[in-house]
Amino acid sequence: MVPFALSLLVLLPLVGAAIVLLIPKGQKSDSLIKWFAVVWSVIPLLLASYLWFVLFDPNASKMQFEEAYLWISSINVRYHVGVDGLSMPLVWLTTLLTVLGLFYSSYVIHERAREFFFMFLLLETGMIGVFVSLDFFLFYVFWELGLVPMYFLIAIWGHAEDRPQYSAIKFFLYTLVGSVLMLLAIIAMYINTSTATTPGTFDLIELATKRPFANDFVFASLAFWGIFLAFAIKVPLFPFHTWLPDAHTAAPTAGSVILAGILLKLGTYGFVRVLVPIFPQVFQANVLPIAILATISIVYGALVAMAQTDFKRLIAYSSVNHMGYVILGVAAAVAIGGANLTDRAIALNGAMLQMFNHGVITGALFFIVGILYERAHTRDLKSFGGLGAKTPVYGAILLTASFASLGLPGLAGFISEFMVFRGAFATLPLIATICVLGIVFGAAMMLWKVIQNVLLGVFDEKRWAEQEKHGVKLYDMTRFEVITLAPLLFLMVLIGVYPSVILNTLNTISVAILGQIVK
Amino acid sequence: MFNYAFLIPVFPLLAFALIIFFFNRNNRLSALTAVAGILLAGVLAYSVLFEAIGHGPELAEKPFFQVLLGFLQIPTGKEVFSVGVMIDPLAAVTLFMVTTVCLMIFIYSIGYMQHTHTDEHGHKHTTDDPRYARFFAYISLFACGMLGLVISSNLFELFLFWEIMGLCSYLLIGFWSTRLPHEHHIDDAQTVRAKIAGLKAFLTTRVGDTIFFVGLVFLYIQTRDLNFTAIFTEKTLHHLAETQALPGVPWVTLIALLILGGAIGKSAQFPLHIWLPDAMEGPTPVSALIHAATMVSAGVFLLARTFPLYLTAAQAGGPAMTVVALVGAFTALFAGTIGVAQDDIKRVLAYSTVSQLGFMVAALGIGAYVAGAFHLITHAFFKALLFLSAGSVIHGVGTNDMMNMGGLRKKMPITTTVFIIGALALAGIPPLAGFWSKDEILAHAFERMQHGDTIGTAVFVMLAVAAFFTAFYMTRQIFLTFFGEGRDHHAVEHAHESPQVMWMPLAVLAFFATTLGLVNAAPLGISFFGHFVGEYVLGIHEPLEHTPFNPMVAGSSVGIALVGIALGWLLYGRKPLKTGERDPLMSLGLVWKVLRNKYYLDEIYGVVIAQKEGPAGKTGTVESVRVQPGWLLQLVVWFAGVCFAFDKAVVDGTVNLAAAIGRAFSEVSAWVDQTFVDGAVNGVGWLANELGDGLKLIQTGRVQNYLVVAISGATIFVFWFMIVISR
Repeated sequence: MVPFALSLLVLLPLVGAAIVLLIPKGQKSDSLIKWFAVVWSVIPLLLASYLWFVLFDPNASKMQFEEAYLWISSINVRYHVGVDGLSMPLVWLTTLLTVLGLFYSSYVIHERAREFFFMFLLLETGMIGVFVSLDFFLFYVFWELGLVPMYFLIAIWGHAEDRPQYSAIKFFLYTLVGSVLMLLAIIAMYINTSTATTPGTFDLIELATKRPFANDFVFASLAFWGIFLAFAIKVPLFPFHTWLPDAHTAAPTAGSVILAGILLKLGTYGFVRVLVPIFPQVFQANVLPIAILATISIVYGALVAMAQTDFKRLIAYSSVNHMGYVILGVAAAVAIGGANLTDRAIALNGAMLQMFNHGVITGALFFIVGILYERAHTRDLKSFGGLGAKTPVYGAILLTASFASLGLPGLAGFISEFMVFRGAFATLPLIATICVLGIVFGAAMMLWKVIQNVLLGVFDEKRWAEQEKHGVKLYDMTRFEVITLAPLLFLMVLIGVYPSVILNTLNTISVAILGQIVK
Repeated sequence: MFNYAFLIPVFPLLAFALIIFFFNRNNRLSALTAVAGILLAGVLAYSVLFEAIGHGPELAEKPFFQVLLGFLQIPTGKEVFSVGVMIDPLAAVTLFMVTTVCLMIFIYSIGYMQHTHTDEHGHKHTTDDPRYARFFAYISLFACGMLGLVISSNLFELFLFWEIMGLCSYLLIGFWSTRLPHEHHIDDAQTVRAKIAGLKAFLTTRVGDTIFFVGLVFLYIQTRDLNFTAIFTEKTLHHLAETQALPGVPWVTLIALLILGGAIGKSAQFPLHIWLPDAMEGPTPVSALIHAATMVSAGVFLLARTFPLYLTAAQAGGPAMTVVALVGAFTALFAGTIGVAQDDIKRVLAYSTVSQLGFMVAALGIGAYVAGAFHLITHAFFKALLFLSAGSVIHGVGTNDMMNMGGLRKKMPITTTVFIIGALALAGIPPLAGFWSKDEILAHAFERMQHGDTIGTAVFVMLAVAAFFTAFYMTRQIFLTFFGEGRDHHAVEHAHESPQVMWMPLAVLAFFATTLGLVNAAPLGISFFGHFVGEYVLGIHEPLEHTPFNPMVAGSSVGIALVGIALGWLLYGRKPLKTGERDPLMSLGLVWKVLRNKYYLDEIYGVVIAQKEGPAGKTGTVESVRVQPGWLLQLVVWFAGVCFAFDKAVVDGTVNLAAAIGRAFSEVSAWVDQTFVDGAVNGVGWLANELGDGLKLIQTGRVQNYLVVAISGATIFVFWFMIVISR
């Protein structure tokens, strides 16, 4: 046992951030900061790996590594943390992507390194905090904590031509609008659960058993939609998604990776952690509109992605498509109908796996875009061609990630898509039929727009040679870039052929969650 | 041996990984690794076949089944979804075919992927393809996909390997779609054509695959399992036949039709066949391996694998099998006629492949399970042989156009011999392999016709006519390519026999193309294949229909082939075409034009989806090949643009509007705040100030003034008080 394991996991990045601030100024302080931050960030990864692979019991549906202390006694706020099969993989992914993001950034961030690495570590604390919080108040604190560093990452290290100030403030305010409504719902639930003699509760586990507003459908709906909006913006679900392409495009590479890989998952995580267990009836009653929004996200997201000429924007919009599958899976899992536990469990497993897979695949794709942008100083898809011959390693990696993204069997994305569709066809057959279009458009989007334009064709040596005067030089992947991407590629293949490595963990918890709501 | 069968696809996979990660800079080692991988797989596959033969036909009813722990294992609620290895006679014979053909093609590729060019001094240089190692990596991965598909025990697992093959097909069709400026083994136009062909192939088959995918999902929902041994049981099949998917349509029919969608895409059946002729942009070994012998027949294999579903659907009264039969027979005839009027040596073979796949599909559709499977095996050998010999020709003369060939038999005697063997096998001349399998299909259709079955009659007629065209276009091809005088002296002069590494595999394939039919030669009293493969099918307890050998059908099928050959000889052999002479078929006028233009189907697709066009005069450059989108594609692109505009203007516009309103509101608030709120505060200050200023005037410092004010005030107060009291 590791005592205070989760608290350590939350605090370690924060301590690291503080140390980054304390490293004395000097000629070598930048490289010292970089190496310190990278090495330090490995500690949470090791800890999370140890927790998941060694100590974590995948067959237990209870919370594990729980810690609970009274924090603000007058309103019964507790510091209550713990992980289960839903949050453990996401915590691990957070620590992994942070290490990769920091490692990659240590090579490409040259300005204001101290602030960058400080913000990044602070962000990690916020994200892990959300995933381990079991008290809604605490959850909210970490939820907001994650906003601030991301705001600065976009605003300060964004590319000047992508309107970083605008994008950053848009990201911040948009999320905040949702947060405020969520806060109202949290307070309402607290008041509803309190009685004349006992205080209310913020505890997520308790709320799931007490089910606030159980007899008041109108209030329950209000609270549900308040929280729904906060999460839907984060996911992002159509029509709350327009902050995403701006924020993604403007953010520095590692920022985009974290944004796509983890921050979007906060929304879908909230769906499964909060909305499904606490408001099952309201969710069931509103499955159709939610599934329709997911459908629009899937089809419309793919179409809009197809219309992009900017590589990074295309990947950003593809996230709208991919995250739509997650919501479709969740909706399918709780939909009313004759489906039994197995059908629902498959859908929810698929949704949860899709969260993880999207983090891995789209995270990798953002690295891949960033790597190309570092060299070419452009992301215009039309300006490339022939890179499959010129830069074979880059070509192979882009090819793998693209095919994972379009759901090629043998790679991670397919397993989760299959399971989502397997669940959705059982409970929402009509919606699922429309969503199948997303598969075809998804393939067209990656092959036609990305691979055809970037990798195939004749390499225009003259044009690029001319560009070299402007500091543009196309060369194949360097060692640190390969090292950054290797773990993600490995995960794509591993989950693609050996999905039980993670699905065993997810399945336990989806059975537990759905067992609560399905008779 | 069965216990180790799972290793069969692992060896090529290992070869792929070794080449990609370690040997990619060493061409020889890469090729050697690939060959070694497939050789090991082959040794294992042969021993599996022998063991399977030892088990006899009962193996079909009780196939070897082994769960692979971990691999694709998916916990689903309280159940676990597992996949594994299944060996039955069909898998065993297909393994034998795939490994043999793959091995021959791998060896051939060692020579084929070297390019010879002549420099300005007339010296010949042989160089490896710039991406030689990558080629062997891709074909190894492909072999893994095909072999994995064959031993799959589960439809989900089969789909996984199915798509891996699709990926390899995409990569290999587009193998020459990228080049650096200093590489000259291909020209720019070819890169563009290869790029388009790859995309077309992937997306076309993707349409079929998506339909298959939906069928897979429905089957999974209905049966709660996808293992063949679990779904092909009497109970499950009965359940599928009894429950309705749509009013009047049982699940089994719907699922069978959806799965057929996948087969239509992969096996290039009408109307999704359009990708296969374009796929010939890939290197010839790829055409032989993927687009003739193995991957395209995976669609047929899928139909054979899920044959119990189709039988059940037919028993339930659904049209699934009829659709299969008609799609196959129509494709066989349709593609066969197109093949007559093509000049590209590989495209003739491509249409021939489409046509022959139609034969197999039609066979399964009329219930001739054994004949379909048998044709799948024999066709793989002689079609691979034909493609590789065509590749040998192309390698020698440097062109695909048969109109520029002629007279090659003197320069390339071995190639000519093996090509003729392959062609005769394809045309169905006894005792070569194609005769036995094709004859069995025709005999079965004839049997159905005799029982007064309309579908059987239609299938028989279409296939018989297709068989005639097969013989005719092969004869035309032989005479145009190998006989007469060379029509393009430049090309024919440089022709040379291919190196040993290329013709040795041809000889091996020719051996099989000659003899393999004898494993199921009914008149000779041999029915080994039919007995072994077709005695039983999983989940179906009635014995399969077996076709007795029918000398009349055999005689007429040979007769039809001979007529086709004779006609070919009359038109092309008796008086070989000379330079500049017109194709004698051109005198057919409109018919020729229609066939030449493939029934204008490309144009129809062009109007709807997209058309590839290359204006004359600019050959060889990137600009010479263009894609003209059709209305559907334009619609999708337009709609995507509309969505994007909507996203920017409306969705994001609302967000920005909200922000603008917020800002405007804050501006107004600021103004109100400054003018009124702060104005009031300032006003108070101002008032106080002014008051002070005013009041200070009365602070005169004179006591008299103060006294006057005090007394006046007191007086007013007293008066007011009195007024108030008096009320």
